[in-house]
Amino acid sequence: MSKQKKWLLSCIAIAAFLAIVYVLEATIPKSSQWSMLFTVLEKGSIYALVAVSMNLVNGFTGLFSLGQAGFMLIGAYAYAIFTIPVEQRAAVYQYFDGGLVQFTLPVIVSILIAGLVAAAFAFLIGLPVLRLKSDYLAIATLGFAEIIRAIFQWNTLGPITNGSNLLRKFYTYDSALYPIIACGICIAIIVLLINSSYGRAFKAIREDEIAAEAMGINLFKHKQMSFVISSFFAGVGGALLAMFQTTIQASAFKAAMTYEFLLIVVIGGMGSVTGSVIASYLFIACREWWLRFLDAETYIGDFKVPLLRAGFRNVVFAVIIMIIVLFYRKGIMGTNEFSWDALIRWFKNLPKNIKSIPGRIKNIPNKFKRKSKKEAQINE
Amino acid sequence: MDFVRDNLPYILAGISVGGQYALIAIGYTMVYGILRLINFAHGDMFMIAGLMAVYAVTWMPLYVAIPFIIVLTVLLGFGIERVAYKPLRSAPRMSVMISAIGVSYLLQNAALYITGGLTKTYPNIPFLADTITVFGATTKVVTVVTPFLTIGLVILLVILINNTKIGMAMRAVSRDFETSRLMGIKIDSVISMTFIIGSFLAAIGSILYFTNYTGVMPTAGAMPGLKAFVAAVFGGIGSIPGAVIGAFIIGICENIIKGLGWTTFSDAFTFALLIVILIVKPTGLFGEKNIDKV
Repeated sequence: MSKQKKWLLSCIAIAAFLAIVYVLEATIPKSSQWSMLFTVLEKGSIYALVAVSMNLVNGFTGLFSLGQAGFMLIGAYAYAIFTIPVEQRAAVYQYFDGGLVQFTLPVIVSILIAGLVAAAFAFLIGLPVLRLKSDYLAIATLGFAEIIRAIFQWNTLGPITNGSNLLRKFYTYDSALYPIIACGICIAIIVLLINSSYGRAFKAIREDEIAAEAMGINLFKHKQMSFVISSFFAGVGGALLAMFQTTIQASAFKAAMTYEFLLIVVIGGMGSVTGSVIASYLFIACREWWLRFLDAETYIGDFKVPLLRAGFRNVVFAVIIMIIVLFYRKGIMGTNEFSWDALIRWFKNLPKNIKSIPGRIKNIPNKFKRKSKKEAQINE
Repeated sequence: MDFVRDNLPYILAGISVGGQYALIAIGYTMVYGILRLINFAHGDMFMIAGLMAVYAVTWMPLYVAIPFIIVLTVLLGFGIERVAYKPLRSAPRMSVMISAIGVSYLLQNAALYITGGLTKTYPNIPFLADTITVFGATTKVVTVVTPFLTIGLVILLVILINNTKIGMAMRAVSRDFETSRLMGIKIDSVISMTFIIGSFLAAIGSILYFTNYTGVMPTAGAMPGLKAFVAAVFGGIGSIPGAVIGAFIIGICENIIKGLGWTTFSDAFTFALLIVILIVKPTGLFGEKNIDKV
């Protein structure tokens, strides 16, 4: 297929998707259970943005950074602080005499500031931290995220951050299209970056630092760049998450949140942007929507289905994640990206694949036998 | 001396918490020494041990329950290694670490499901939970017992590692994984032993820790776990005495900071200390220097 044709197809697909969302939003009432679809679309988009930004550092540059929640926190707070209407500030900052900041900025400007503040912090943190390697880098970034969280909860900074209290009443969006389009633009920018000469330098660093340095790539400069850009988009993601949640509190941005994004990146495939996006939607859809029936106590006739009660959904979900981590180590996409050619090929091969399913099922026991034999040989 | 007298309760609490962190930190440092894996699930194992005690005492008398939960925790640690880490032995290190994060996620969610999200109260262990007065400061017996018990266990462990066959195998594996395999050391049993020792110490640590702080909730293991890991890094990862000293330093500093009224920053301080040590001396106080060869 020619390049022009692919572009046209992509544009049509995106326009169709946005149109469908627009129509659905107009037709599905807020009270129906299908309204969960929008939660998934909104939260999934935001998670996709943060996951892709994490993938930029972890998957494409090969730096094991666990600071994403901290940068999201900065972004979320920066956004909220600048967009709470002046007349509401007295109510929000009730313990701090209405707070220090007494003006509001336009929403778009605030979102950009959210990203820039996060990026500035990342720049400062990166100066010492990026000289560390693998596990040490992971622990140091995790540590910084925790320190940021403590600072934002500090009472002395209360006039700005409202201490450990909620921030609320800031501007939020009213259509699911808003986060989808915003995240889409951000992800597109990241993809452009990855396909540029900088992106190739990142990948070279991931493959072999010493070889990359020998080829004339400035290691520190490129690591710093990847780290700062990733944090910028994590900050933007934080701002959008604040809009989605309508209230924010520093105590929610724990290390556990970073782990969620890491799991998404791994499930999607390290070093695949489309993988991260698909995994984010699946992750959110499973957790918030599809597995929800596991949380309700269910009766079939008089028989009460055992185990089903609040919290079971998350246990099942965690087991699914463990299975993926153990058996599908490369994730959904591996390091591949979505392409129209691959999709068309997949559809063409579909009848053949379906036909071969019975044969493959028959083969499964053999596979295990062969594998165990091989293992036995290695162990000997 | 005034400073010491005013802060005595905090210093005592610090030494006690330090001992408890030390018991967890040994699990981290041993596993890291051998597998080069940050076992993120270790902190959650510690929480599960606490939770098991809560439920065990409702079924059986206390003197049966304590050995019972120690055995169960050891089995859990052994099982986690077999199910979640062993299949990934030849995989890149990142995959194993992500598997550890997955196990941690699973344990936390399982705990959330079992407790229904409520904070459970740890059973009252007679003697350990009694109050005692030391130099005019009132505290629990466990505060005084912990440092001695910790040091005793560490000495036993060091003897085990220095003087037994399995200890020698452990040292060999931590030095060079592949070569020790070629020399006929059964890697899998050495790794299992490491996890068994780590879980055993974590179970004892959990008894001591939760007698002090009686609320057991699904996230109770996360913070002590991270701090114990920081202690392990601080002392030089892979080094047992290093982990113990690091844990005591972190426990004491943290409690003095609490005493000064900076509770918000007691956690942050731990990480600040970590970052300083990583930048100044990345191998920690007693760590061995690794040289990367091309």
